[in-house]
Amino acid sequence: MRAPGGRSAAHVSVIAFAAAGAMIFTTSAWPLANGEPAPACSAPLLDGGRTINVADYRGKVVYLDFWASWCGPCRQSFPFMNELQREFGGNGLQIVAVSVDKTAEDAQRFLTRYPAQFATALDSSGVCPAAYRLQGMPSSYVIDRKGTVRAIHAGFRDRDKAEIRQQLIDALNAS
Amino acid sequence: MRMSRRHSLACSAVLALFALAGCATVQPWERGTLAKPAMAIEDPVHETTQKLRTYSAKEGGAAATGVGGGGCGCN
Repeated sequence: MRAPGGRSAAHVSVIAFAAAGAMIFTTSAWPLANGEPAPACSAPLLDGGRTINVADYRGKVVYLDFWASWCGPCRQSFPFMNELQREFGGNGLQIVAVSVDKTAEDAQRFLTRYPAQFATALDSSGVCPAAYRLQGMPSSYVIDRKGTVRAIHAGFRDRDKAEIRQQLIDALNAS
Repeated sequence: MRMSRRHSLACSAVLALFALAGCATVQPWERGTLAKPAMAIEDPVHETTQKLRTYSAKEGGAAATGVGGGGCGCN
């Protein structure tokens, strides 16, 4: 005869396994795709109390970059982003670099070594990187004037520079 | 009391589940602590080179840490 207790225990374990599977599935989110609207997300600027939102820059081309003081390639990306802001700022480009550091001090220490001539914000809560479903550090997003994601870059290598520049020019030329 | 096959299966499943609860996905933006030098799996390259050099010297000869090639005894 089958023990009734055994049956319910088996049921419980099956449900529990399904729950565990669902948990694992949801934590490994799909990356954001080109053509999707840029997720709304806000973060306070590092140089003041003002909070910015990606949607504030509608009408401009936004190069949204997620960085951290502990991220190696970010050190190479900052001079490049300064260059881009200088070159295309007049044409409607706004670079927004969101730090995912745990403290503002860590982010500030990085900025004193690698100064930024563009907007820098801090999201230590991880809401913005989660909304943009980052696949690596640093990650950057080319967002067009209508607020649509045009291109996504995970990581930063010297050889990506030409491609990023071209994508920004294309986005700036599009209406 | 003898445990039924079904019971033991269920028990092991529940145990496995407890083990699974210890797994967590560390997202790319949460790797600040893991990025610290102390968290590296290997020592820095220059340190490893120095350690190997000392070790080889202490072993009193070449190939203290192994050598490629055949078994003819010639280095």
